[in-house]
Amino acid sequence: MWTLKLIAADTKMEFVRYRLMAFVLSALLLIGSVGAFISNGLNFGIDFKGGTLIEISSDIEIDIAQLREQLTGLNIGEVQIQQFGTPSDALIRVSADEAAESAEGGLSAVESIRNELQGRFEIRRVEIVGPQVSGELIQTGILAVLAAIVSMLIYIWFRFEWQFSVGAVLALIHDVVLTIGIFSLLQLDFNLSILAAILTIVGYSMNDTVVVYDRVRENLRKFKKMPLDDLLNVAINETLSRTVMTSVTTLIALIALYTLGGEVIRGFTFAMIWGVVVGTYSSVFVASPLLLYLGVKRDWSGNQTD
Amino acid sequence: MLHFSKLKIAGMALVFLAGILFSLPNFLSQQTRQAMPEFLPSSALNLGLDLQGGSHLLLSVDVQEVQNERLDGLVADVRLALRGAGIGYTGLGRVANGVSVNLRDIEQLAEARKVLDGLAQPVAPLVFGGFNEAVDLDITQSDSSGFTLTLTEEAIIARNTRTVQQSIEIIRRRIDELGTTEPTIQRQGDTRILVQVPGLDDPQRLKALLGQTAKMNFHLVDQNASPYDVMGGKRAPAGARLVYTDTQPAVPYLIRRRAMVSGERLVDASIGFDPQTNAPEVNFRFDSVGGKKFGEVTKANIGRPFAIVLDDKIISAPVIQSAILGGAGRITGNFSVQEANDLAILLRAGALPAPMNILEERTVGPGLGADSVAAGRIALIVGFLAVISFMLLSYNVFGLFANVALIINMVLIMAVLSGLQATLTLPGIAGIVLTVGMAVDANVLIFERIREELRANKAPITAIDVGYNRALGTILDANVTTLLAAIILFQLGSGPIRGFAITLAIGIVTSVFTAFTLTRFFISLWVRAKGRPAQLPL
Repeated sequence: MWTLKLIAADTKMEFVRYRLMAFVLSALLLIGSVGAFISNGLNFGIDFKGGTLIEISSDIEIDIAQLREQLTGLNIGEVQIQQFGTPSDALIRVSADEAAESAEGGLSAVESIRNELQGRFEIRRVEIVGPQVSGELIQTGILAVLAAIVSMLIYIWFRFEWQFSVGAVLALIHDVVLTIGIFSLLQLDFNLSILAAILTIVGYSMNDTVVVYDRVRENLRKFKKMPLDDLLNVAINETLSRTVMTSVTTLIALIALYTLGGEVIRGFTFAMIWGVVVGTYSSVFVASPLLLYLGVKRDWSGNQTD
Repeated sequence: MLHFSKLKIAGMALVFLAGILFSLPNFLSQQTRQAMPEFLPSSALNLGLDLQGGSHLLLSVDVQEVQNERLDGLVADVRLALRGAGIGYTGLGRVANGVSVNLRDIEQLAEARKVLDGLAQPVAPLVFGGFNEAVDLDITQSDSSGFTLTLTEEAIIARNTRTVQQSIEIIRRRIDELGTTEPTIQRQGDTRILVQVPGLDDPQRLKALLGQTAKMNFHLVDQNASPYDVMGGKRAPAGARLVYTDTQPAVPYLIRRRAMVSGERLVDASIGFDPQTNAPEVNFRFDSVGGKKFGEVTKANIGRPFAIVLDDKIISAPVIQSAILGGAGRITGNFSVQEANDLAILLRAGALPAPMNILEERTVGPGLGADSVAAGRIALIVGFLAVISFMLLSYNVFGLFANVALIINMVLIMAVLSGLQATLTLPGIAGIVLTVGMAVDANVLIFERIREELRANKAPITAIDVGYNRALGTILDANVTTLLAAIILFQLGSGPIRGFAITLAIGIVTSVFTAFTLTRFFISLWVRAKGRPAQLPL
């Protein structure tokens, strides 16, 4: 009976042998990410920066340049306008008045824009975030990502050995840094939903890594004399089919969301797609080869956690 | 691994049945749902504001203001108490977070202490029946001859709680007047209030209603000095202060500090129209105490102006023509119909105990909400079909089992969301679509493991058995990590993000559950039907 097999049965690819290439690639990507972050920073959305965001829609194509001129005339501070999805939709952003302690500083801006655009455009969404709230969101955001990473570290340590948890967490940090890097490089809007995506990526990438590690542990018990790099290769190859299958089904769902799910969550799905690709790569090429260097314990005879 | 006891089968059937029952209301019309018998679940999914459109406002209550008022009151209390006891003092006044006073005669320290201790009142315990002997004042001897009085931690917490609760009550009354459906008003953190009003696409009026303290008082105008002289730097007469009108340009008035009648005495307010000019006005009525007081004061001050002060701005300063005895009156300002209406609403609902600031506003128009629902639905259907076809191609009849499990998974997710009355948001829909992709993972792990065992020349039944056993640990470990991430997301998140975390978490649990019960059950049925097949279609 015929079935589709993305990965041939019994692959014997020598992933670990190419680890140096993978490490160099990862190092370059990491350096690039950090470099982009240092030189460009992140294009923080109003969730983290405070300010006002208005989504408008029209029946006809919106002339961004003309709209910009018109709104700049309102004297409400720095106004950014960009197309949003289709030519007949646009996003207007007004930066927060840094002196204002509450969102009320933004209210008047919204009002004057509303008055100016009333009738000609449908105002689809208004978001105003005061500086106090945005400051807190940054804080809880950083805290949440750290908490996620630390809880993974502890969980893996509990279920495996500290070497595994270090390898897994290094791979996680790799994924998070690369995700932040791409957002910095492309200057995509970095808002609360991107942070949610990063946390989900942390969970997904960990999921992938755990499956490979689980097999490594099993093989450590089974092949007590096999050299570690061969053993890692066997584990990666054995789980490769599953790794690819799950990534593909997840990517299928994500691509459906990206293309059909609407503009509002496009940034989120983009981050997720990137994260799934990077996370899959890192569990095969980063997390597993790292075990070589972490001095994994070879004698598992007395350890039967499951 | 392939044997299922009757009890287990019954349990599975029960879960499945419950899933259908709880998700069913989502496919029924409002009327059918209401007509359903009491014992059946009848609640459909809650759509978040980002899907049905509406306004989300995060307000912070300025509790500092209330504390300041309390401390100002305390200064007066201390003055009265010390005077009453015949104790001489100097330098009575506010310090940063308290009140300080010095005694003229050190001999009276002990006596003063006793008098001041008498000012402290027990703090009402927050928990009913709680054992609590805390008092609201902390009195310390600041130096040899003085005392500092500060509010205790318990007093501040109790007062803040009361302030926020009162504010919520008043916000609720104000919003109810707008006639919107099902607003949510809840306390968040210590001093914040979250207001969510569905179906409101221009929250301007709501914000105007919530942004005002609406403290209204009636003061006599002090005519002993010209307000313009006081503006120019002259001292205001004792007991008077400068207040401006809310008009453009603002006109200054000198008013008596002490209110002739306080706005707390108002019992009703409504919009009315001047019979002559037809201009909108606000009619109000005092309670009996307020009405009597108002009558007395107006009787004694005929021909003099008084000021109606709202949130420290004069909205009207008429001259008293005659004694107003009935306890009712009217405010004629330069109102539009809506302004008069809103003022009446504010006066009816009562004043907020403290000013409020709007920290965050998120409003989604109904158009965008509907578009998001449509887009989410299409993405879900397309993603679902694509994953199902892919699974079918990859695992044949086993893929079919996984797909049936996936469908039941969706039903269960919907059931749990409806049953818990969780809110479905746009990121929540994304979570469901993502779950479609990830939910098959448990089955993929199992099927791949079975394939491996088959390659190791195991008999089909053994391969299935071993495959399930070995995959179990992996699946649990792998899913706990995603679940951890979802829990942290839930902790972090506000509305929409929480919706995502909830669907993700529910999806993980149901997908592991279905993989270990349903698909396994289907496979066992299939194996039996095939009469122990010599080959598996994997």
